[in-house]
Amino acid sequence: MKSRKRKIKSMSESNGPGLRGDAPLLDVRGLVVHHGQLQALSGISLAVYPGEVYAIIGANGAGKSTLLRTIAGLNRPTEGSVSYEGKDITGLRPEVRATSGIVMVPEGRRLFPSLTLEENLQVGATYARPGPWTIERVFELFPWMKDRRGQKTAQMSGGEQQSVAIGRALVANPRVLLLDELSLGLAPVIVQRIYAMLPQILESGVTVLLVEQDVSQALRVATHLQCLLEGRTTLQGTPAEVTRAQVEAAYFGVTDGSQPLWSGLTTLSRASSPAACTRCSRAACRSCSA
Amino acid sequence: MSLATDAPDRSGQNLRVTRSRRNVAWTGIAAVIIVAVLAYFPYIVVTGTTNLMVQGFIVLTMATMWNLLAGYAGLVSVGQQAFVGLGAYFVLLLNIHSLSMFTALPIAAIGSGVAALPLWWLVSRLRSGYFAIGTWVLATTVFLFIQQFPALGGGTGMSLPNVPTGDTTLLEADTYWVGLAVTVAALVVTYLLLRGRTGLELTAIRDDERAARSSGVRVGRARLIVFVVAAIFCGAAGGLDAISQLIIQPSAVFSVQWTAEMAFAVVIGGIGTIEGPILGTIVYMVLEQTLQNYNAWYLIILGLVAMVIVLFARRGLWGLVDDRFHLRLFPVGYYLWPAGEGRRRFLR
Amino acid sequence: MFGVMGVVNLAHGDLAVIGGYIALAVIAITHVPVLLSFIIVVPVMALIGYLIQRTLIQAALNRSVLTTLLVTFGLSVVIENALLQFVNADSHSIGTGNAIISGSWQVTSSITIGYLPLLILAVAVIVLLALQYFMSRTKYGRLIRAVADDREAAQLSGVNYRHVFGIAAAIAFGTLGLAGIAQGMYSQFAPTTGTTTILLFAFAAVVIGGLGSLWGTLLGGIVLGVANQIGGQINAAYDPLAGFIIFLVVLVVWPQGITSRRASA
Repeated sequence: MKSRKRKIKSMSESNGPGLRGDAPLLDVRGLVVHHGQLQALSGISLAVYPGEVYAIIGANGAGKSTLLRTIAGLNRPTEGSVSYEGKDITGLRPEVRATSGIVMVPEGRRLFPSLTLEENLQVGATYARPGPWTIERVFELFPWMKDRRGQKTAQMSGGEQQSVAIGRALVANPRVLLLDELSLGLAPVIVQRIYAMLPQILESGVTVLLVEQDVSQALRVATHLQCLLEGRTTLQGTPAEVTRAQVEAAYFGVTDGSQPLWSGLTTLSRASSPAACTRCSRAACRSCSA
Repeated sequence: MSLATDAPDRSGQNLRVTRSRRNVAWTGIAAVIIVAVLAYFPYIVVTGTTNLMVQGFIVLTMATMWNLLAGYAGLVSVGQQAFVGLGAYFVLLLNIHSLSMFTALPIAAIGSGVAALPLWWLVSRLRSGYFAIGTWVLATTVFLFIQQFPALGGGTGMSLPNVPTGDTTLLEADTYWVGLAVTVAALVVTYLLLRGRTGLELTAIRDDERAARSSGVRVGRARLIVFVVAAIFCGAAGGLDAISQLIIQPSAVFSVQWTAEMAFAVVIGGIGTIEGPILGTIVYMVLEQTLQNYNAWYLIILGLVAMVIVLFARRGLWGLVDDRFHLRLFPVGYYLWPAGEGRRRFLR
Repeated sequence: MFGVMGVVNLAHGDLAVIGGYIALAVIAITHVPVLLSFIIVVPVMALIGYLIQRTLIQAALNRSVLTTLLVTFGLSVVIENALLQFVNADSHSIGTGNAIISGSWQVTSSITIGYLPLLILAVAVIVLLALQYFMSRTKYGRLIRAVADDREAAQLSGVNYRHVFGIAAAIAFGTLGLAGIAQGMYSQFAPTTGTTTILLFAFAAVVIGGLGSLWGTLLGGIVLGVANQIGGQINAAYDPLAGFIIFLVVLVVWPQGITSRRASA
């Protein structure tokens, strides 16, 4: 009886985007985060449901990585809350979040340089939750690792390191996997190869929240997306709902002629700002039809 | 392009920048009065008290220097006793050659400063924690080295041979005045140093060394200046100790206890301010007098208090005062007076 | 403790001395044979280490480097003076308690090697080997290396770094306990031995051997010891001085890993 219930639950979780009517897996409300004096995030909210691939896009400095780090627990918000599985985790330390199921693959990989490939995975597995992912299964996902398990990761290529970093996160059996700028410093071919792993990860019941600078890549894999600019949300929706033009507008903060106000967002509203136009670099002007 | 922040837009407003909150002349006058009163002391108090004050002067001088090193230059030295000892030994050396110990003192101080140059070269590249131990090792090496000279008393030490005989009260009074002079000199030099260009460089280094370096601040030179000044006055303190004790023993004069005293006085009083060491020295002297009969206790308590303060009241006792009243007797920072606003912003 | 947590422990030597005193107390109370005293002393020291790390040192680390230095310096002063106050200033020796150990081995007609120094050397080697094994093969060794490499990344993998720091400190303190016993058996210790004999020499050994290398430190220690002995032969007063001079020379000529000249992070 019990096992059937569990099987049903996991099936509905991995059947693409979950039913949005249920409670969100990850619920972020009104997040305000400061880096010293600088305000990096000004009231960000988002909700991620089981089975989704939620992509956060935006230009450099928009606050994407800060958002992910705050969700992972490395940054403390000045205001706002982060809830996971219905419980408020805003005050929890990162290691506690990791053992509860929120695991992040940090920006720049950040493998342990003095440890071998296998040791990196072992560290990830030390405080793992019970689940389908083991070191062996990671080796199945990335067969090339089997022969190189004893090698120091510092000698590996960027793409290989990224795979190890993902593997290290996976063996902890996360419920929510946070991916910070996977494509950073990698050739497009490698990036695509890595993103091609995503379906297998999702199949195992993992929900993904990712940050990506490469918009096309994000649009390709995401079930939902949110665009950030200077710490505020400029766009929220699904790839099916938004046009390319809208995404660009949100990304660059280019005015479309409406009031120059920052508005907190509901789906599909556009924000405009007294930002510089990317074409002529003058303050937003009506002649620019970007 | 505007960053949506809450900071008020200050551009275009006239900012008045001053060096002090109120008229600093008041503090200056008060300081002169205090010094004058102190100078009169030998005529009105018993010698026991002046001796005590000499001890206080020694600690205050050293504390001011340690504060300069650790609080402003970022050099945590656990080896200042090297210079204390060197100062004492220079006085001894000069006194052996028939120079009055009072005349020997400034020479000894300079001598310590000169000795600081090669010693700096040895430890200057060490990273903070290692710098600390490195200075300790250096001090121990100097200690061992000096003991090799039987002419200076070898391992057991010796007394100053050419002490003026006669009225001891006069001798003690002279010692007192010299001590007062040394302390005042130390404070004045520190004040001027910090108020001047070097002080600005040191603050920059303290805040962000790499940024300071790329702005053209000569980090190494600023630190060297501080190290040498500290050596000079620690040497003076050591010489003063020699004069007041009339006997120089290597294990006493090179003891790490000197550093412990200065460091704790500074930490308790408040690191990073000139007033801090003064307050800390007072606390230290009080503790020492109260616990005098209990030997090692005062160091235990001193150490514990210092540890508690460093953990819970980082800027020490004066820091607490400063936070509450924004009071600086020795203004070495800057105050911003935005036009039209009553509130001031203090930049250290 | 420096490699993992970045803590320069100025109370290092004093803690070894505490280990020695604990051993004395243990032997006095339980009449355990001297050679076996470590069975009690080491775990006790390890526990003390874990507690001090989790409370005092962690609090200092959360604040700044300066705070940590001052706290460990304060600890050193407090320990030394507390020992002075509560025990006394005399030197104590644990002695060997066993006639065999105090014997020696006649290698040639002019060179004899004491059994005790040999035993201590052997223990040092064993400890180093054990440490090396621990670091490379066990779970906690791995965690310590990981946390030392990248504390945040370790946190993201669910590692409570404070606990790992505690374990590292426990190891450090336990080893210091052994050192204290060895010191007590080989010569003697007094409240101030911590700094004068142990801390500064340990530092000098690390410098000579190169930071970051366990075996290098052993080598450094040997170099120091030999230098001191040779110096001592020339002139008894040169004994500790010779070692320090070698240290200074090495410091100037080829410092490895402890100067800020190194561009690596």
